[in-house]
Amino acid sequence: MIIGEQKPLQEICAMLEGHQRILVTGCRSCVAICLAGGEKEVGILAESLRLHSDLRGRDWEVTEFTTERQCEKEWVRELSDLVAKSDAVVSIACGVGAQTIQALFPEVRVLPGLNTSNMGAPEEPGVFMEKCGGCGDCVLHLTGGICPIVRCAKGMLNGPCGGSQNGKCEIGHDTPCAWEEIYHSLERLGRLDLLEELIPPKNWLPSRSGGPRRIVRPEAVLTREEKEMRG
Amino acid sequence: MKAGSNLEKVLRDGRFAVTAEIGPPKSASAESVRRHAEEMRGCADAFNLTDNQTAMARMSSIASAVVLIEEGLEPVIQMTCRDRNRIAMQSDILGASALGIKNVLCISGDHQTFGNQKEAKNVYDVDSIQELMILRKMRDEGRVWSGEELEVAPRLFLGAAANPFADPFEFRVARLAKKVRAGADFVQTQSIFDMERFERWMELVRVRGLHEDVHILAGVLPLKSHRVALYMKNRVSGMLVPDAIVERMKAAKDPKEEGVRICVEQIEHLRSIEGVHGVHIMAPMWEERVPEIVRRAKLRPDARIE
Amino acid sequence: MKIIGYVCSHAGYAAADLAGEERLQYSPDIILIRLPCAGRIDVVHLLKAFREGADMLFVAGCLEGNCHHHYGNHEARKRVDQAKSILDALGMDGRRIEMFYLASNQGWKFKEIADEMMRRASELGPNPLEAKG
Repeated sequence: MIIGEQKPLQEICAMLEGHQRILVTGCRSCVAICLAGGEKEVGILAESLRLHSDLRGRDWEVTEFTTERQCEKEWVRELSDLVAKSDAVVSIACGVGAQTIQALFPEVRVLPGLNTSNMGAPEEPGVFMEKCGGCGDCVLHLTGGICPIVRCAKGMLNGPCGGSQNGKCEIGHDTPCAWEEIYHSLERLGRLDLLEELIPPKNWLPSRSGGPRRIVRPEAVLTREEKEMRG
Repeated sequence: MKAGSNLEKVLRDGRFAVTAEIGPPKSASAESVRRHAEEMRGCADAFNLTDNQTAMARMSSIASAVVLIEEGLEPVIQMTCRDRNRIAMQSDILGASALGIKNVLCISGDHQTFGNQKEAKNVYDVDSIQELMILRKMRDEGRVWSGEELEVAPRLFLGAAANPFADPFEFRVARLAKKVRAGADFVQTQSIFDMERFERWMELVRVRGLHEDVHILAGVLPLKSHRVALYMKNRVSGMLVPDAIVERMKAAKDPKEEGVRICVEQIEHLRSIEGVHGVHIMAPMWEERVPEIVRRAKLRPDARIE
Repeated sequence: MKIIGYVCSHAGYAAADLAGEERLQYSPDIILIRLPCAGRIDVVHLLKAFREGADMLFVAGCLEGNCHHHYGNHEARKRVDQAKSILDALGMDGRRIEMFYLASNQGWKFKEIADEMMRRASELGPNPLEAKG
C-alpha cells in the first residue's frame, strides 16, 4: 500500500493563509491503514484547523469528507457539493488523490496535507516499512522474495557491499541489510546458487527513469464508439 | 598485458606489490596531492586516489590522478557507483584512459548519508560488479555496454574491493568470486586487524582457487592513537578491530610508534600467507609515515612509470 | 476556570466518589464526565472541548496493567499525547491536558489530581480563546 505521513500542522495552516472555506478530505484506503489520512485523521485535522482559526481570529469554515478512494474520478465526484462551497481543499490522501481532486475541480486550490512516501506494509501496529521499489522489472524471484532495489540502501543487485555488519546496513538507524536477509532467505529455500549469478546492469526504463509511466490494459480500453454507446 | 601499468607488471612478474593511498583535497588547488606525492615517492608501485570518500565532495579522483602522473607516479583511480551513472562512468573512463590512467578500482561507495551533503540524490545506476562488467567490455571488446563500438578501446587494469570482515561471512568468498568473474584483475581488501578472520577467508579463497585468478592485495592501516582504534572498532561499518589491538594502543607509551609497529608486524605476517600478492597501505591524514612503514617492513616497490 | 475530567467508571469516577465521601475538598471548577473506560475518549473530543472553552482537561483511568477493559488506559494515554502535540503545535501548551492513573479506592489520589490541574491552571492561565471573546 501507499504509505505517507501528515505534514506538520503549522505547515498546513501556513498553506491555508488567505483561505476561508476549507474542505478537509481523506481516503479510506491506504492512508487510512497507515493512520495518516483516514476518516478519523480527517476529523482530528479539521478540529485542529478550527482551533487554529479560533485562536488567530481567522473565521475559517472547515468541512470534512472522506472518500472511499481518492484516485478514482467516480469516488472523487462525490466531493462536488462540498467543493462548490470551498475555496481550498486540504487532502490528506496520497499525492494521487490530491491530484485527482485538482484535475476534477480545476477552480479550487488543492493543498497537500500529506507527504506521500513509499510503497510498503505494516510490520507491527504503528510501524510501516518500505518494501517495493516500483522499478517496473521485478526481481523478487532472484532474491528470495526481498526487494533489493529499495530495501538495500544502494540498490545493489549482486550481493552486499562492504558496509554490511551484524545484519545491519551501514546507514545505521537499525536498518536491516537487505542482502543479509536475501542470503538467509535463499538459504532456507535451498537456492544459494542464485547468488552466484552475475546480474547485469539493470534496465531502468520501466522505472521512474523512463518518465511518467503509463500502463494500458487493451482489453479494457473503450473506443470512441463504445464510449458513446455507454453514454 | 591488459594495460601495461606498473602495478600490472609487478604483479605479473610475481613481485610483492605495494600500493598506498592519497586522499584528494577539498580544494581547487592540487598542492596537497603534489606534497603527498613527494612524501611518498618510492613507497609504492601505484597510488590510489580516493573518489569523494565518505561522500564528501573532493577534487576528483581522475583529476588528482593526472596530477600524480605529472609528478612521475602511477595512480589507481577509484570510481564509486554512488555519484555516476553508467554513461558518466564510461565517459570518465575514456577520458581517464586518454590521460594515461590505467588502474581503476570499482567500488560501491559509502552511502551519501555519511557525508556533508546528505540531501543529495544518489545514483547507484549500477553496482560495483556491474561496473566491472562494463569496464571489461570497454577494454576487451572495445564497446560501450549497449554494444556500440568505441574508436579506441581503453587499456585498463581492473580492481575491486574485498571485505573479509563484513557479513554475512559465508558469502564473502562467493562475492569475491563474482567480482573475479565480472572482470577484476586485482583486489584490495579492507584494512586487516582481525588476522585470524582474514586467514580463514584466505583459506576459503584458496579452496575455490581464486588466489590464482586474481591478485589479492591485503589492506593495512597504521593506527595513530587509542582513540582512532576505538573509532575504527565501533564506528566504522565493515571493520573489525580485536580488543587485543585496542589494548596495545591504549597501553602504549608512544601510541604512534606502536601503531606503526603493529602495521609492520601485520605486513611481515601477510607476506607469508599464500595467495597474498601485495599490500595496500592506507594512512589517511598520516601519509608522511608511509615511507617509514615501507622501509621497516623491508618492502621494495618500484614506483616509476614508463 | 473550567476543568473537565474524563473519568472511567471503574477507577476515576469511583475514586472521585470516594474523595467526596471522605470529605476531601477539591475545586468546584472541576466538571467530571463519566465514561465506561478511559479508552473511550478520542482526540476529536479533547480538541472540541478546548474549542468550546475548557481551560484544562484531564483523563483518569485505571492503574497501568489494571485496566478493567485490558488496555483502554493505554489507548487513552496515546490519545492524550496526540492531543498534547497538537496543542503545542497550535501554541496552546500541551500541559493543559494530562493523563492520570489511579485505583478505585484512592480517593486521596483523585484529590491530588484535581489539585495538580488547578495548580497548572493558575500557572497557564485561562484558555487563550477566552481572550478572543
